[in-house]
Amino acid sequence: MSEVWQGFLRSDGRKGIRNTVAVAYLVECAHFVADEIVRNFRDAEVHLIGFPGCFPNDYAQKMMERLGTHPNVGAVLLVSLGCESFNRSKLASVIAASGRPVETLVIQKTGGSAATIDKGTALVRDMLDRIADVPLVDMGVSDLVVGTVCGGSDGTSGLSGNPAAGRTFDRLVAEGAACIFEETGELIGCEHIMAERAVTPELGAELKACVDKAARYYSVLGYGSFAAGNATGGLSTIEEKSLGAYVKSGDAPISGIIKPGDVPPKGGLYLMDVVPDGEVRFGFPNISDNAEIVEMIASGAHMTLFITGRGSVVGSAISPVIKICANPDTYRALAGDMDINAGAIIEGKQSLDDVAGEIYTRICATAAGTATASEALGHQEFILTYKSFDPIGPACLPTV
Amino acid sequence: MSAFLKLHRDDNVQVALRLVHRGTRITSESGAFETLSDVAMAHKVADRPIAKGDLVIKYGMPIGTASEDIAPGAHVHVHNIVSRYTATHYRKEEAGLTDV
Repeated sequence: MSEVWQGFLRSDGRKGIRNTVAVAYLVECAHFVADEIVRNFRDAEVHLIGFPGCFPNDYAQKMMERLGTHPNVGAVLLVSLGCESFNRSKLASVIAASGRPVETLVIQKTGGSAATIDKGTALVRDMLDRIADVPLVDMGVSDLVVGTVCGGSDGTSGLSGNPAAGRTFDRLVAEGAACIFEETGELIGCEHIMAERAVTPELGAELKACVDKAARYYSVLGYGSFAAGNATGGLSTIEEKSLGAYVKSGDAPISGIIKPGDVPPKGGLYLMDVVPDGEVRFGFPNISDNAEIVEMIASGAHMTLFITGRGSVVGSAISPVIKICANPDTYRALAGDMDINAGAIIEGKQSLDDVAGEIYTRICATAAGTATASEALGHQEFILTYKSFDPIGPACLPTV
Repeated sequence: MSAFLKLHRDDNVQVALRLVHRGTRITSESGAFETLSDVAMAHKVADRPIAKGDLVIKYGMPIGTASEDIAPGAHVHVHNIVSRYTATHYRKEEAGLTDV
């Protein structure tokens, strides 16, 4: 018997589990002003997002459009300096077309920092009032998009947290949710076994091509997706890290490949291809874990499962993060930052199925409004950097 | 509860489920051995001889190539295996190596 809870019904028909106002800076020069506006709403659901670059970038434009129309977002305030290249009028019109209230403040035309902060604060206050009575709607697991990311991995991640999350994914997929796993750079070495799970041979070939692209990309950069702390935690090579990470995808057939900002067309299991297309241009694909979490959210993730061994403390703007700690020592050290102790599996105190059930229960509670550890602490990390992608190929998505 | 976990029958390494001290017994179909150093939780120990150039197998899958002969009971990590894809970046003093 699946759970049912009340979600927020948007004018575009999407259903959210949070009702936030997003304040978005459109260049780093507007970051401080936007941040000052958000700080006036410490106890409300007002979140800071933004893009720091001054040069135009199609990826960043798409990401901001998808984030501004995310089901967890009720209204958006755009904060522009004025001379940056970001196409703020297109962003505002996309958000307005989704039926969400949107306002734009241009600092150069609003009288500078202090005046923009005052005006922005008043606008956000008004937006909070306007979205307070957004219609509620029955929501269930089949309405959810759930992402999974692992970060601060160690040798326990692949033994406890990731396989437990994988079993939860199997159950979510069986109940009709769209589940997204990621980091093709952390699937290096798994491409052949992964391709066998594709729903079509053409998709299998695309899955292999994604991982090949990631291997080429990282070899140009000279570093794999492997941090020094991974080695401290017992991981020796990228392929060992990959095999441990891969198990968080569970056992379900793989329905499709999406790129950041593509929303899964229906339920099923999707791989997100996060490595840019073409020659290496803007540096590392994702410079830190939150870049991946933001991409999951841009693809519609209502929440993200974050599996850590070394001990990450992050949350995110817009969508809750459920932190699953794979390492029992880390859990004891950082219990206040964690939602699930998968380290109990390492210690023989709980089974994978026990923890998978606990994750499922936590997902439903989070969807129904219970704050995760990072939400309760006020975490709202957000990062968006330059990238470039080609559209996904014809074999990548299932027919709807 | 055993100190080590063998994840797949084809593996030539086992994973420490807690901090394991030097001289701890580790067994496999190749015999019974003692760990040659302290090994931190979730780190790997060879449960049979692994020759230089052999694949190191965990989860039943290759995770790299032995860069030197590895004795049974030895800690298997960044000092004696290399990736077949991209080089591993680590800080030696923080890599959890007690035997170098």
